[in-house]
Amino acid sequence: MDRNEIAERLTGVLVSELGLEQDKIKDEAHFEEDLDVDSLGVVELLMALEDEFDVKIPDEEAESIVTVGQAIDLVQGKLGG
Amino acid sequence: MSSERRRVVVTGMGAITPLGQDVDSTWASLKKGLSGVSGITLFDASEYKTRIAAEVDGWDTSEHFDKKEARRLDRFLEFFVVSARQALAQAGLDFRDDEEAASRAGVMVGAGFGGMGSFIEEIETLSERGPGRVSPTGVPKIIPNMGAGLVSIEQNLTGPVSCVVTACSASANAIGDAAEIIRRGAADVMVAGGAEASITSFGIASFSQARAMSTRNDAPEAASRPFDLDRDGFVMGEGGASLVLESYEHAQERGAEVFGEIKGYGMSADAYHITLPRPGGMGAARAMKAALHDAGLDGGSIGYVNAHGTSTEANDSTETAAIHIALGDSARDVAVSSTKSMTGHLLGAAGAAEAVFSLKALDEQVLPPTINLDTPDPDCDLDYVPNEAREARFDHVMSNSFGFGGHNVSLVFSRA
Repeated sequence: MDRNEIAERLTGVLVSELGLEQDKIKDEAHFEEDLDVDSLGVVELLMALEDEFDVKIPDEEAESIVTVGQAIDLVQGKLGG
Repeated sequence: MSSERRRVVVTGMGAITPLGQDVDSTWASLKKGLSGVSGITLFDASEYKTRIAAEVDGWDTSEHFDKKEARRLDRFLEFFVVSARQALAQAGLDFRDDEEAASRAGVMVGAGFGGMGSFIEEIETLSERGPGRVSPTGVPKIIPNMGAGLVSIEQNLTGPVSCVVTACSASANAIGDAAEIIRRGAADVMVAGGAEASITSFGIASFSQARAMSTRNDAPEAASRPFDLDRDGFVMGEGGASLVLESYEHAQERGAEVFGEIKGYGMSADAYHITLPRPGGMGAARAMKAALHDAGLDGGSIGYVNAHGTSTEANDSTETAAIHIALGDSARDVAVSSTKSMTGHLLGAAGAAEAVFSLKALDEQVLPPTINLDTPDPDCDLDYVPNEAREARFDHVMSNSFGFGGHNVSLVFSRA
């Protein structure tokens, strides 16, 4: 799966699961500062990504995710892309 | 009664009930004697002994909350937050840009359970998919105090914010406790009320196993029949209701419209059984007498009693006996009705919803009826305002709420 496809599906999850506005979701967007996703929301996001991409994201890796781009990279790494 | 005590008045009301999604529509239905009971749609109840309830029909979360907010809310929280918005809007109070006033305003919520539906969903997820799939927002959806927290956050209320959990008397306690906070000067304004949304698999199953619920599945609108000889248990309702309570001075200074005054708050315990009332009614009678004493009134002053009136065999005869004890000879003249005959039993939200109904009755001088009262139980010998609303002249109303655990709460409201 290429990065664009992952980004597209991740955006879909952010919109449908977290109720975010699509046009604010960019690679460099910071979850807490730019998207108003709090610490509970980040956990919800990671759970949704695990379901969407059928991957496992351990807590220690999850803690380093603060931007949309980092989340995409993490998923891409998991999928071996 | 201390002469120093601050007076507490009601300046706003909100309600989401099985009869309407605001106070006016609910009250209009109550005066018409309409029932809010029908077949359960919130879950598949086809295998349950009780398959009827009084649901808030047509509740559309998206009318009140954006998607992001809604994901973190249980149904009971939605009901409470919206009822609080209605009450504050009617009161004409907004604390979002006034930190000083906000610090003198608080919230007191009552709930019997909390987010039972969310709890069930999370436990199912835990069982089926393991701990890594349980939502991080599960706990804040479930805990019964969260209604108070959410209203505090949304409305910027930074004074006393707390919660009462006393089963079906919870929101009556919340109103009484909030009034006490204002009386003692710890706040000027309190949003007080309650919410419940437990028409769920577990909620229906457990009450049903306790033989507390009506099984009149073939005639839902006739199922809640307080004080009737053929009653066979309560009908579960759901909803939320809020009052804005305010010190008399605070309301007067800003020229607020006043719907009534909280004059009396009494409570007692049966110290008898986990679910059954103490036979003879002495427990409940002591709460009513305490409320009268607090109000500085005698039994003859009460023109209307909004009864707990659940339509269970034990409650209705026991409450009748309690009213006889508390009001003495005046009990023969007092009008008593159970609005649960129409709304079903809102459990933890019942006390707040019925406080709203009591205040509307007082304000409009109209008694809402007890519907389905076709064959009076010989043990229930009061004037229950059978089947049709009627006008009356009265200055003081009492609202009773009792809860599993033996809690008895009575509130007295008086005309402003």
